[in-house]
Amino acid sequence: MQAAIRTRDLTKDFAVGFWRKRPYRALDRLSIDVAPGDVFGFLGPNGAGKTTTLKLLMQLIFPSSGEAEILGRPAGDIAVRRRIGYLPENPYFYDHLTAEELLDYYGRLFRIAGGERGRRVSAILDRLGIGAERRLQLRRFSKGMLQRVGLAQALLNDPEVIFLDEPMSGLDPLGRRDVRNLILELRDQGRTIFFSSHILSDAEVLCSRVAILVKGQLAAQGTIADLQAFHVRGWELIVHGVEDSIVQRLRGRARRITRIEGARYAIELGTESRPEQILTELIADGASLVSLNPLRDTLEDLFVRRVAEVGEGARAEGGHARG
Amino acid sequence: MHAASFVALATFRESVRDRVFYNLVLFAVLLVAASLLIGQLTAGQDVKIIKDLSLAATSLFGLCIAIFVGIGLVSKEVDRRSVYPLLAKPVRRSELIVGKYLGLLLTLLVNVAVMTAAIYLVLFYLARGVPPNIQQAWDAPALDPALLKAIALIYLELATVTAVALFFSSYSSPLLSAIFTLGIYVIGQFNADLKQFDRIVSAPAAVALAKGLYYLLPDFARFDVKLAVVHGQPVPVAYVAATAAYALLYIAALVCGAAALFARRDFK
Ligand SMILES: Nc1ncnc2c1ncn2[C@@H]1O[C@H](COP(=O)(O)OP(=O)(O)OP(=O)(O)O)[C@@H](O)[C@H]1O
Ligand SMILES: [Mg+2]
Repeated sequence: MQAAIRTRDLTKDFAVGFWRKRPYRALDRLSIDVAPGDVFGFLGPNGAGKTTTLKLLMQLIFPSSGEAEILGRPAGDIAVRRRIGYLPENPYFYDHLTAEELLDYYGRLFRIAGGERGRRVSAILDRLGIGAERRLQLRRFSKGMLQRVGLAQALLNDPEVIFLDEPMSGLDPLGRRDVRNLILELRDQGRTIFFSSHILSDAEVLCSRVAILVKGQLAAQGTIADLQAFHVRGWELIVHGVEDSIVQRLRGRARRITRIEGARYAIELGTESRPEQILTELIADGASLVSLNPLRDTLEDLFVRRVAEVGEGARAEGGHARG
Repeated sequence: MHAASFVALATFRESVRDRVFYNLVLFAVLLVAASLLIGQLTAGQDVKIIKDLSLAATSLFGLCIAIFVGIGLVSKEVDRRSVYPLLAKPVRRSELIVGKYLGLLLTLLVNVAVMTAAIYLVLFYLARGVPPNIQQAWDAPALDPALLKAIALIYLELATVTAVALFFSSYSSPLLSAIFTLGIYVIGQFNADLKQFDRIVSAPAAVALAKGLYYLLPDFARFDVKLAVVHGQPVPVAYVAATAAYALLYIAALVCGAAALFARRDFK
């Protein structure tokens, strides 16, 4: 199956420094594949290179090396631009246009015919909760309203692949929920969504796959389940109907034992212990199983760990260079 | 180039909303005030003075628009990052450049057309009631169609200046673009002198350099036939046509240059 988005060794060096320009690597050999229908979360701390990647995909900047493809065509292909939508980070449009006029202008560029264009513009503005304000000039729009206009223009052409650079930024809690629902709706319609974020809970709820970018390098990639399964930190066993003395026998083997209430206990086991065996022993002593669950990292734990790892790696390299 | 026409219309609309056409009010006030004043002071000379003044004002007002709107044409989109969503649409970078340019040309066309109408209207009022035998003694008739030749050349000059501004604004900041464009405009006024440089200097290298600059820089003096028209001297159609061809060539080179510079630019 053809990937919706594909990059190979995509690299971007910026020239920095006022007088003596030296290259600064904002993106380092990024290779990712996004399958059609995926909701792909592109995660990373500030300055990781997320926006840089999106700008490369939109060909707003050109790669130093490597390549990027969308729907099987090189980034920047005019025909492909009809089939994609893009929400830039902190979008800005034209102060002198109203929301309606802006979308009408973009609709013309997409060659959407007159009557259809009017219908689509008003439908998409309705969908994003822009009411009578649509007749106001954009200079009067608040940040969150502008973000909604940005989302509206990204969806105007009924795109197959949608690129969103921090779609939740600037939105209030209700707005975030709206956008989350919107993304799920778009996913159910079979569209591919590639969004950058540093809000992990959003990614956990929305994404089928994520990539974590740290300092321009891909630190992890996979489905959320994969990434979390990597790090089963232990098990939580909840049993019912055991006597305290029996539970206390496990002291040495369990990480922590907590009495929930009455004869119900939560027993936390380390990765080295074998939960099946302990469970068998407890059941032989008359206990009944309530639940057994793996204790996994949240995406946040993973994120923090990977960021720290890459940080250490960089420091170690720096040490070598000096030594 | 269909997309370019949408960009052009959007650019035109922006200049309307940015109140570029308010300059017309100032122009009209100036023209009426001048004609009232001059009409009182001088007998018979007023038509000539009004022609002189109004052509100069058309050129000056147009120049201000060409330079100050022209330098922001592209750089404003880039600096404010409205170019990000725009270029994610099916619009080529070259179409953006051409569209922006055509949009400002349209603005200038409307501007100059309205000014032309105003000039003829004022001249009509000034000539009204002047006996025909006196009118016959004038260098040129009040409603002289030759004025249109002067105005057409002013418009071509404005189109060329706009192309210069567009060229600079496709890769440098508005301030630098303004300085460069004004510089080119001023040098271009005296450009014809460079051609005769060999009369003052004999060093062959200097002469070659002057000749090179003459061909590289626009010769804006070519576009100025105001004096001839006001004094009723003939301006051959062939001259106007040749100057138009010169302008078109120059504009084509500048717009292509601007598009080429813009094509490989990284947007920060
Ligand atoms: N035009 C530029 N010139 C020089 N350096 C740049 C340029 N654009 C980005 N960078 C650098 O590249 C790195 C990545 O920036 P980028 O904007 O892609 O980060 P990001 O992941 O989007 O961060 P954030 O979450 O804050 O939006 C940063 O260190 C930034 O300073
Ligand atoms: Mg960013």
